[in-house]
Amino acid sequence: MPHSITLTVNGRAHEVHLDDPRVTLLDLLRERLALAGTKKGCDRGQCGACTVLVNGRRANSCLMLAATLDGCEITTIEGLSEGGDLHPVQTAFIENDAFQCGYCTPGQIMSAVGLIAEGRAGDDPERIREGMSGNLCRCAAYHGITLAVQEATRRMAKDEMEDAA
Amino acid sequence: MSDTLARPMRFGSNSGQPLTRRDGIAKVTGAATFAGDNSPEGLLHAVFVPATIARGHVTYLDVESAERHPGVTCVLTPQNRPPLQGDPSAKPTMFSFRIEVLQDDTVRYAGQPIALVVGETLEAATEGARLLSPRYEVEPVRTSLDDNEAFGFEPAGFGLPAGAEHGDVEAGHAASAKSVDVTYETAAQYHNAMETHAVVASWDGDRLTLDMPSQALMMSCAGYANFFGIPPENVTLSSPYLGGGFGSKAFVTGPQVLAILAARMAGRPVKLMLTRQQMFGPVGHRGATRQRLRLGIDENAELTVIDHEGLAETSTFDDFVEPAANASQGLYAARALRSTHRAVRLDIGTPGPMRAPGEASGSAALECAIDELAELAGIDPLECRLRNYAETEPGTGRPYSSKALRECYSQGAARFGWADRPLEPRQVRDENGLLTGWGMGTAFFPAPMFAAEATATLRPDGTALVETSAADMGQGAWTALAQIAADSLGLPMDKLEFRAGHSSLPDGGIAGGSGHTATAGGALHAAGTDVVQQLGQIAAADPASPLHGAGNGRFVARESRIYLEGDDTRSEAFADIMARTGSAEITGSGSASRPPEDAERHAMSSHGAVFAEVKVDPELGQMRVTRLVGAFAAGRIINPRLAESQLMGGMIWGISFALHEEAKFDHRSGRIVNADFAGYHVPVNADVQGLEVITVHEDDPFVNALGIKGVGEIGVTGTVGAIGNAIRHATGRRIRRFPIRVEDLLAG
Repeated sequence: MPHSITLTVNGRAHEVHLDDPRVTLLDLLRERLALAGTKKGCDRGQCGACTVLVNGRRANSCLMLAATLDGCEITTIEGLSEGGDLHPVQTAFIENDAFQCGYCTPGQIMSAVGLIAEGRAGDDPERIREGMSGNLCRCAAYHGITLAVQEATRRMAKDEMEDAA
Repeated sequence: MSDTLARPMRFGSNSGQPLTRRDGIAKVTGAATFAGDNSPEGLLHAVFVPATIARGHVTYLDVESAERHPGVTCVLTPQNRPPLQGDPSAKPTMFSFRIEVLQDDTVRYAGQPIALVVGETLEAATEGARLLSPRYEVEPVRTSLDDNEAFGFEPAGFGLPAGAEHGDVEAGHAASAKSVDVTYETAAQYHNAMETHAVVASWDGDRLTLDMPSQALMMSCAGYANFFGIPPENVTLSSPYLGGGFGSKAFVTGPQVLAILAARMAGRPVKLMLTRQQMFGPVGHRGATRQRLRLGIDENAELTVIDHEGLAETSTFDDFVEPAANASQGLYAARALRSTHRAVRLDIGTPGPMRAPGEASGSAALECAIDELAELAGIDPLECRLRNYAETEPGTGRPYSSKALRECYSQGAARFGWADRPLEPRQVRDENGLLTGWGMGTAFFPAPMFAAEATATLRPDGTALVETSAADMGQGAWTALAQIAADSLGLPMDKLEFRAGHSSLPDGGIAGGSGHTATAGGALHAAGTDVVQQLGQIAAADPASPLHGAGNGRFVARESRIYLEGDDTRSEAFADIMARTGSAEITGSGSASRPPEDAERHAMSSHGAVFAEVKVDPELGQMRVTRLVGAFAAGRIINPRLAESQLMGGMIWGISFALHEEAKFDHRSGRIVNADFAGYHVPVNADVQGLEVITVHEDDPFVNALGIKGVGEIGVTGTVGAIGNAIRHATGRRIRRFPIRVEDLLAG
């Protein structure tokens, strides 16, 4: 039973014809919308590699059925940088060597963007570590991830203040 | 994304600095394409069905229901699996494992592939696999080290470790004033790279194209070609990025062979990505061990003997024996030394090398046992290690090519504040009443080199192309190897085009054994040097060049100029030489090597010292590593930023080994009960705090031309023992089983 939904992915509206109700948001992105930047690490919400923003909140895309997301706004790693400019979190990840193999990195970065937007961790390393603990990194680049989120948080706060001024 | 890094690199153009990763932008934007990210036209999806018993036979598969499911295109079982040219039971090379590719209905371990379902969509194939509803004839299983007879073996290279015996071991035991006889156990661990094993396979006649993560591209090509009766050069393997490997992605695996076979049958590309649960079986693991250590010391706390017996699990059908006791062979200056190994056959997938194979498990036990001795002697654990410092290699007496372990001890101890450690255990509580303990361990890992080749081509426009099929699984090969290549050609990084991760390139060897930077880097260095010598000779033959007549000398390059070695007054720019002589491209080639006489005369290893602080809740037994300082001497460090990340990653693997990781078997069914990331614990971000790495300077003129050892695995060693020792110091409890569990501290 085909089912049509409308999704806005990275600012672009998609009319998605779902021929299969079993398709998860993660598999929709990877296998049907050619957005393979979002990674599959466990397919059951245990590792965070598939983290995207759904209506601005971070979510494990492997745990969401695409058919339930009609009208939602999705942001993936591919939609994070504007034009050629990296998002401050992306820049901070590079500068703090917050990844090795890079496989969990899209999920880590989306999770960090979500965490910063939630505004509950600030630049406190202990809260950042807690808030980022839904995203596994087997290379264990955690030291750099924490530093990167701290740095991006400060930079974004500063940019915001300057914009306000 | 192609093999080269097509995106403009806005980071990492300062050669000689701790550069950021050259593949950094690709990795933070989602542009880095891992194998399973590829979706060629006409793609089919494959899902394999894992056995849910550990021993017996498959008696029934509901193939009809699976085939009837809409979208399922093929169900592959032992009944209809076409023949393979290669024998799955054979071991064509030393680095081959016997694999399970539906050769019969026998089940040898839980998780073994018993069928493969192919479908138009992943959803259809997944449901088809579920519908097969296998039935079995079940036989009793053996999954614990006590479930079968231990056997000895003749050491036979890769899968079967050697033993060693030096000095008079019995006399060593007899001469000891104090001794320990202790048994340590380590759990089975599964690599669990974040990227599961994957392949996208497509055929064009008898030519095979594979997108597949590989730590050893050429070896993989030969391995897969063998099964399909085609020459290795007919296989094109692309592996620009690996989502982690840790030893598990160097070998041919059964599921991947089946997916390639399915692609040949369908005449269409096939994608297979293992599920997380499927990573616990057919793709290797670190075998569980039980190690008995009998150590003796004299009145001065000097070791009279190290007697280390390792017992490890292997499968019923192949051999890989965790070489744990090897860890005792090269570290402390015992008067007598013996390490032996035995194995037990169990109904499990065949173990394999996993980050610091042998060294990690062996070091965990040895470093704790050394502390047990120090306690008997009533001396500080660091003092005990210094009294047994090996100035030359124990047993052989060979000098070390370099060994700055003493500096590691002193710098690490100073940074940690070790001097303030109370000798007795259970002396310190923090402001919240948590028991606080400090422990240490020595880190140790050999510095091997393998075979690799590379080419370098200098172009008239002053840029160069360097090529080798090296693999970057996160260690930073894209960056560190490019730095080596740029240095060898005397070029800044932005003049260098670096190609790797593809089988069409010169053989970059294996990314393993912590030897890839030394090996592939050695080949690149040799190739660049070859180009420089050729260009120097062209200049020397040209009367118009300041280098004219210098053809008997050697040439060096820096800042895009050729210099006569030892005479900085004679030099000329690459561009000038090439323009004037009308040179087209100049191509050089090189291979990695270590002079055999240097290898024979020296012991070659990296060393380090790790200091740990743990805090333990006295009521709940909850343990936290609150500080971890590692000081490592690993030869020349090409990129301090990346080396530090590698060392930290290794140390966190040490936390994981000590406190988290364990595949928990149900010994009645033979299945792993925690085969996913909810139950199989690895450290999360909140488990890691207070981590510091010091790299200690070390010049090594013998290890290779570049003085490089390796940093990939050593961080796991030393750390596990340091944490075990810190828990002893905090609580007064000596736990001889890893991982250490809350219940171990609460019991009795």
